[in-house]
Amino acid sequence: MRPGDWLVLAAAAAVCVVLVPFALSGGAPEKAVVKRDGAVVAELPLSARRTLDVPGPIGVTRIEIQPGRARVASDPGAHQYCVRQGWLTQANAIAICAPNHVSLALTGKNAAYDTLNY
Amino acid sequence: MTRSTIELVPDAADRRIARYAAAAIALTVAEAAIPMPLPGVKPGLANIVTLVVLARYGWGEACWVSLLRVLAGSLLLGQFLAPGFFLSLSGAVASLAVLGLAARLPSAWFGPVSMSLLASFAHIAGQILVARLWLVPHDGVFYLVPFFALAALVFGLGNGLLAAHILENGANNEN
Repeated sequence: MRPGDWLVLAAAAAVCVVLVPFALSGGAPEKAVVKRDGAVVAELPLSARRTLDVPGPIGVTRIEIQPGRARVASDPGAHQYCVRQGWLTQANAIAICAPNHVSLALTGKNAAYDTLNY
Repeated sequence: MTRSTIELVPDAADRRIARYAAAAIALTVAEAAIPMPLPGVKPGLANIVTLVVLARYGWGEACWVSLLRVLAGSLLLGQFLAPGFFLSLSGAVASLAVLGLAARLPSAWFGPVSMSLLASFAHIAGQILVARLWLVPHDGVFYLVPFFALAALVFGLGNGLLAAHILENGANNEN
């Protein structure tokens, strides 16, 4: 090993370290898709905080978006399955509020799973 | 039988290239038998031969040895003109291009290990470029880049150290 070799080795190792986040970025969600009766109500980027009220047959389902995640904050359904599912953080995760005909799904490239639900 | 009117007389350099290329081809075939966890990741042991030739006889002969190895290695493995062949070729061409530049670096500072690391990273860069443009036209291939880069680091370092060892000990220094 000559002096420059260490330099090149350090640079090569640095390149590998810089690339590590790429390996871990698979499955990161990009958008939240809200549907009612199967029709898309809204497609929201998971970049900024916001809430969205979706009126359904039995009341209003409130969707909450935060950077990188989304959840059903409240729902008029009896069992609260979609609310209790909590924050969705993976691409292709879906929360379905069946009584109110509303669903919240995350989409993204390199999804690690075909679907994720509670 | 009529005698050929064309007389091809191999000189010392031709024989040398043939000998080193044969060694590189043998390593290529041997390494095809080693199972690898990720398809497409290989140690690239034949590149040790390229590095030795580069240090001893210069870039021109290293090109001959490397490209002959890609051609003959693919023929032996039944990969000629298959996607794997073009990936090998693009990797080899990218490596040789970088080695052509890297060989101009001061040799007191940059030895075979530098050459090997630069070449191995050029190799994966060339391969991924061809894969993205032609074989897998989807950004999904870039998902594999970190794994290829890690392999390039490990095998580039290993091959470089082996080449340096061979060069220092003057093994197989016949002509």
